[in-house]
Amino acid sequence: MRLGYIVPIAVFIVFAIALGIGLTLNPRDIPSALIGKSIPAFDLPAVPPRSLGLATDDLKKGDVVLINVFASWCVACRVEHPLLMELARSGVVQVYGLAYKDAPENSDRWLGQFGDPYTRTGVDRDGRVGIDWGIYGVPETFIVSGDGRIIDKHIGPISPADLQNKILPLIAQARAQ
Amino acid sequence: MMGPLRGALLGTVILALLLVPNLGLALGIDPPLADPKLEARSMELHKQLRCLVCQNQSIHDSNAGLARDLREVVRERVVAGDSDQDVIDYVVDRYGDWVLLNPPFNLSTAALWGAPFALILVGGLSVALFLRRTSRRTVTAATPLTDAERARLDRVLESDG
Repeated sequence: MRLGYIVPIAVFIVFAIALGIGLTLNPRDIPSALIGKSIPAFDLPAVPPRSLGLATDDLKKGDVVLINVFASWCVACRVEHPLLMELARSGVVQVYGLAYKDAPENSDRWLGQFGDPYTRTGVDRDGRVGIDWGIYGVPETFIVSGDGRIIDKHIGPISPADLQNKILPLIAQARAQ
Repeated sequence: MMGPLRGALLGTVILALLLVPNLGLALGIDPPLADPKLEARSMELHKQLRCLVCQNQSIHDSNAGLARDLREVVRERVVAGDSDQDVIDYVVDRYGDWVLLNPPFNLSTAALWGAPFALILVGGLSVALFLRRTSRRTVTAATPLTDAERARLDRVLESDG
């Protein structure tokens, strides 16, 4: 008889906890299908007047790089931008920029205004290379190993905590291998 | 002189003409393929693919820029001669099973597919147990009233009248 009361309450509590955890998850954090895979084949021109473009071979130079997907129309990109500037200045890792669905002159003006942390840039005017990379929101940041494998993808602006706790350890780990 | 009826008719026609192009814009219709058969196939595929930006819409329903790009990709693959499965695989390779509005059964979706059946099973078992218990409960025969009780009841009924 006791069990008849306990079971429904136990089931309710389990459901409440499961749904409560569900509420704390970010529905926009969809894990990339490309993690562990090789980067897609692509070749993009640089944001003029820069000359170093972005292509598959540039990401297989032996060292870990970050690919930051940005656009001048992306508000959240401004949030993480100072952090990327700092990262580029520190020289810890090379940051390459993929200008996603943005007019090159707007990308250039934006980089002029907020600073240019990118060693290389690629203009993905129509977003087709972005589709090959599985991009669905900007900003996104890929960590790519020295032999051109996608180690991880960070979705949304990078916070200082993301950098310290996730991105930098992953870079160190990839270099150790 | 224009009669009120003709005026109303003209008004309706003008209104209809004004609304038709707007309807097209509102739905975000992109240029369809010349071949209606391929366009129909593309559209069926669009309906199976989830828009990553506005998550509970298919790319067929969504106005998002990425949805438009993906519709275009699907049309291109279809024109290039891909089978329906090839097109689905092409998109899944880039965005994962998550883009499928009808996700396949695998380890990560087992809870999703299994939950309704588990709930029906648990609910059904509970009902079955409950019914069995209530049907087995023996009904005790009512004990007849004692003389004292009967006398008291009579008094109550009389005083009530």
